[in-house]
Amino acid sequence: MSKVVVELKYSAEHEWVAADGSGPVGIGISAVAADALGDIVYVDLPEVGSTVTAGETCGEVESTKSVSDLYSPVTGEVTEINDAVVGDPALINNDPYGEGWLFKVAATEEGPLMSAEEYAAANGGEL
Amino acid sequence: MSENYTALYEQHKKAGASFTDFGGWQIPLKYESELAEHHAVRNAAGLFDLSHMGEVWVAGPEAAAFLDYALAGKLSAVAVGKAKYSLICNADGGIIDDLITYRRADDKFLVVPNAGNAKVVAAALKERASGFDVLVEDASAETSLIAVQGPNAEAILLKLVPAEQHALVTELKYYAAVEVTIAGDELLLARTGYTGEDGFEIYIPNVDAAGLWEALLAAGEGHGLIPAGLAARDSLRLEAGMPLYGNELSRHVNAYAAGLGPVVSLAKESDFVGKEALAAIKAAGVGSTIGQKLVGLKGTGRRAARAHYSVLKDGSLIGEVTSGQPSPTLGYPVALAYVDVEHSAVGTVVDVDLRGKAEPFEVVALPFYKRQK
Repeated sequence: MSKVVVELKYSAEHEWVAADGSGPVGIGISAVAADALGDIVYVDLPEVGSTVTAGETCGEVESTKSVSDLYSPVTGEVTEINDAVVGDPALINNDPYGEGWLFKVAATEEGPLMSAEEYAAANGGEL
Repeated sequence: MSENYTALYEQHKKAGASFTDFGGWQIPLKYESELAEHHAVRNAAGLFDLSHMGEVWVAGPEAAAFLDYALAGKLSAVAVGKAKYSLICNADGGIIDDLITYRRADDKFLVVPNAGNAKVVAAALKERASGFDVLVEDASAETSLIAVQGPNAEAILLKLVPAEQHALVTELKYYAAVEVTIAGDELLLARTGYTGEDGFEIYIPNVDAAGLWEALLAAGEGHGLIPAGLAARDSLRLEAGMPLYGNELSRHVNAYAAGLGPVVSLAKESDFVGKEALAAIKAAGVGSTIGQKLVGLKGTGRRAARAHYSVLKDGSLIGEVTSGQPSPTLGYPVALAYVDVEHSAVGTVVDVDLRGKAEPFEVVALPFYKRQK
């Protein structure tokens, strides 16, 4: 079963949010989503400096099998993107909660987010 | 959820497969990584469970004449031991299925339809058999099909074949089949496939399938053999430019639009189901001067076209993608699409509507990928 990391919060669209209460929040996609997509070969991320809105699309993740929109789980300005995953999208499959992080946002508002327990229960993940 | 499971379901589960419904069967989509499975077939070898495919035996003194009538190709011209790719069409020329037919004796053929069409094909053959001295027997439920595909396929297979029969395997030509002893059982071995690589397909009774699967996996150790699922099979066949029934082929598509004109034998003396309609379609120039034609598209960016996306020229709709994805071997997006014939020439640049944004694709010759022989 796909791993769900306890310390993170999750959106219904399978993005995770890492917030430690200070500074921009880190965002990526869950292992549940990465496993369902299959081998990811292309990722399109929002630009640094652009504003993303919680619940709206801000990019896409494409695997050999399918393509999926990327929804921002928070509202705010993008402060950093992970250039490494743009060059090597397999990082998302290999380490979705670590090296496969996607972008960071100076969040002014969060969309509806679930705890790891809620997300795992709804999506069949393993805590 | 479909309720059909192949005889190898437990093997797949044990290997960690994720399953998908295909043609009414639960079959492995992938084991670990569909990309790794794809590359294994291109560079080493992959093991596929194709037991969802149908097996229909046609036997009797008029078997060849019957198949000449039931199918679009001239099966009576196929030599014993050889195979032929053919179509079974409706009276209006629409494609019921594409299939491979093996001639096993003067009066005996094995017809292999796709999973989702096996029952329909068997029923159509039985119906068309009236008036012919022939027996049509659907053995799909009792027969498994295991494929070993890739450059190392022959070396792996030879490990399970007695030395005195090695020549039967090494001298077996593409689109030919022979009875060979494999892992102790005499089985029908065909040099056919759906990957664009060298490889074999082995027909085996369900009860023996698990034993052969395990024996092949063991023989493949050191040869890079891994089990491969439907996702890899689909990306491999797409790179090889091979049509998939349900995507490129259907009852609403005719052979000439699909680029399968040469498969239709209008020249054979006998009548066949769909002949009149197909002759008229060809005479009208469908697929060459009017209508649409199946073409290969190569993406110039990184985003892939997917099935059902619109193909545009100067903003106007000129066709639709039937299959598409990033090509693991070639490194760029590839797609098959039906487009209006006036925009079907190799080198033509068209746009594909990728979720609201038009991206340029170039019409290229098929196949996208051809192995070095």
